[in-house]
Amino acid sequence: MGEESIFDEMWGRAGALREPYRSFNDWLGAEDPKRLRAKQREAEDLFRLTGITFNVYGRAEAEERLIPFDIIPRIVSGGEWLRLSRGIEQRVRAINAFLYDIYHGQEMIKAGRLPAEMISRNEAFLPHMIGVSPPGGIYTHIVGIDLVRTGPDEFYVLEDNARTPSGVSYMLENRETMLQMFPELFARNRVQPVQTYPADLLRSLAASAPQCAGSNPTVAVLTPGIYNSAYFEHAFLADQMGVELVEGHDLRVVDGRVAMRTTQGYKPIDVLYRRVDDDFLDPLNFNPESALGVPGIMDVYRAGGITIANAPGTGIADDKAIYSYMPEIVEFYTGERPLLGNVPTWRCSEPEALAHVLAHLDELVVKEVHGSGGYGMLIGPTSSKKELAAFRQKLMARPSNYIAQPTLSLSTVPVFSRAGLSPRHVDLRPFVLMGPDGIKITPGGLTRVALKKGSLVVNSSQGGGTKDTWVLED
Amino acid sequence: MLGKTANGLFWMYRYLERAENTSRLIETGQRIALTRLGASDDEWRSILQTAGVAAGYDAAHETLTKDAAIDWMLRDPANPSSVLSSIAAARQNARMVRTALTHEVWEATNSAYMRAQELLSRKVGERDLPGVLGTIRQRAALVRGATQGTMLRNDIYDFARIGTFLERADNTARILDVKYYVLLPSASSVGSAVDNVQWETILRAVSGRGGFRMEYGAGAGPREIAQFLILDRRMPRSLAFCMGKIRDNLEYLAGAYGERSPALGRVEDIEQTFLRRDIDAVFDFGLYEFIQKQLTLLAEIGRQIEVGYRFYE
Repeated sequence: MGEESIFDEMWGRAGALREPYRSFNDWLGAEDPKRLRAKQREAEDLFRLTGITFNVYGRAEAEERLIPFDIIPRIVSGGEWLRLSRGIEQRVRAINAFLYDIYHGQEMIKAGRLPAEMISRNEAFLPHMIGVSPPGGIYTHIVGIDLVRTGPDEFYVLEDNARTPSGVSYMLENRETMLQMFPELFARNRVQPVQTYPADLLRSLAASAPQCAGSNPTVAVLTPGIYNSAYFEHAFLADQMGVELVEGHDLRVVDGRVAMRTTQGYKPIDVLYRRVDDDFLDPLNFNPESALGVPGIMDVYRAGGITIANAPGTGIADDKAIYSYMPEIVEFYTGERPLLGNVPTWRCSEPEALAHVLAHLDELVVKEVHGSGGYGMLIGPTSSKKELAAFRQKLMARPSNYIAQPTLSLSTVPVFSRAGLSPRHVDLRPFVLMGPDGIKITPGGLTRVALKKGSLVVNSSQGGGTKDTWVLED
Repeated sequence: MLGKTANGLFWMYRYLERAENTSRLIETGQRIALTRLGASDDEWRSILQTAGVAAGYDAAHETLTKDAAIDWMLRDPANPSSVLSSIAAARQNARMVRTALTHEVWEATNSAYMRAQELLSRKVGERDLPGVLGTIRQRAALVRGATQGTMLRNDIYDFARIGTFLERADNTARILDVKYYVLLPSASSVGSAVDNVQWETILRAVSGRGGFRMEYGAGAGPREIAQFLILDRRMPRSLAFCMGKIRDNLEYLAGAYGERSPALGRVEDIEQTFLRRDIDAVFDFGLYEFIQKQLTLLAEIGRQIEVGYRFYE
């Protein structure tokens, strides 16, 4: 990290073509750029027709936007992926064990490896979950681990998404689009499939069903509704799994079970894959204003009458202050050294760290501990004096609300632009499924790309795009 | 199936049918205006009434003009039943029930919406009107075709069809409601030029001119038109035909669910009492009274279906 030149995943640091891209590059060299441009437009039409759009918060409800899709795939070798996936699996196991522990014995705190106030004063800690054991012992059925790359073998975890990670529909539709547009590419490259994700998800969710479920558990997806920014994904996943897509007002508690209103009366649900935040899940137990949730669902949950995926209270693992302890968490619960590194992190709650951050504000990235989606963060090097001064005020007013990290020189992957190929910074969100019978990581994930030259912000809400991500069979 | 999904399907197809019917009404009005035989402003008033949007129009406008009436029916977002609003509502419902639709139905619906938005983003000039209306109807037909060609014949399909035919029956009944007087036996059975225009208006509004001519002959008059729109089971927009389809689909549902809904009993009653007679019985009952009765019954069936199949909490 630091001053060395930027690592490009296709051309390395010195402009020598890297192995995973060899066959792709041969193909690209023989293509007419005009045809590719036409294909790029065709891709957009396909996305619009399929309705792969997201709604932008704070805008007119009718506005649906496309996430720009770039036709140049990001390619990872099988060997690189294998090393990466071991690290991911280790981390996800540790997160699940950590969640069990903080809602039960809190051994890590007793062992002095985590300050008690990290939990007790944490807004994302859910006291309702103390002593509750979710079916199969699974808290994190679906996890998205955000990774960045800085060199051939240097990957860092940027954040953990254990609450309700989104984006998997883009992973699937990006592949579908590439298959439709460039079938010949898949004949030349042995790309590991991602299309099994919905079936794997359904299997994993069904395996996590509570005891009271029959041999063929009823699974449903809970969405906040069609105005939610990720509604397309909710409908897509329900459709792909062949299960019902429900909203809060379709559900109620009937005879101690959560049941959905069908044309033939109420029918119990065994596993609810919820895409609604904890806060809105149950107006009786949490936010009483919520119209998105199901009154009393937490009581059914605590009585073992339903599986909620992910379990309530998992959001604490996404907390950026907890993140800074993740190396210790991995070591404590797995007894192994972490295979995947964290980005060095200053906790602004600590006076010494705060002093350092304030002195180097123009070099650092500062994030809210509970923030997500790229909102409310400061990127020091690209901010104006005015922005820095304003952020400094916010930071000093509530230091414990922030963490800071160095600006990493994120790897780049070329995008197809008017001028030909141009390098743009990327990150990667692989998707991990966890059930009582094991962990499954879909080879690839969602590559997000900052379309603006030099930009490090890949969030779709901030003008980022996506790419198909290939993991090759070596 | 979720009650909400049944509701979404029902309304998706109702709105789609409505978009098509309204575009047909606009076309009819335009056509009549061009022949200059009808008193044209009155004609637009009755077309607004037929579409059920006259009150909304009057609230938003001081005077009645052809251009304003067309724009109100075609694309005004303040009119929830304008062609554009109907297509947007159909698509919104389709998004809601996306998991119940095939890919092809969704894409046909979504692209109908995208095309309508494009065509109706600004006022449509007289010269472009026939083309735009034609495209709208073709797009609606594409959704219907994808529906018939790709959807399973299960409860999803049944609710889609019930929505379609309830809307269609309602539309035909409203055409008759506004124009019943030109079909009364007291009106001249020979038919003045003005009568002929009125009869043609009715037939155009149900795309029935060719079929009518073929089945009843060129000289047929108001009695046959009433027969054609109300009782003729070969005519896909007649009340008897639509009611028969609603009954079929309610019967399929009863079979699949092992339970007959109250709506099914009601529909059977209506068919028995009103739609298996000959047209003289309708005139004896009173054409106006008959149409009012049908409109009331259609609304009643709609409500029974909503409640019986748990569309809402």
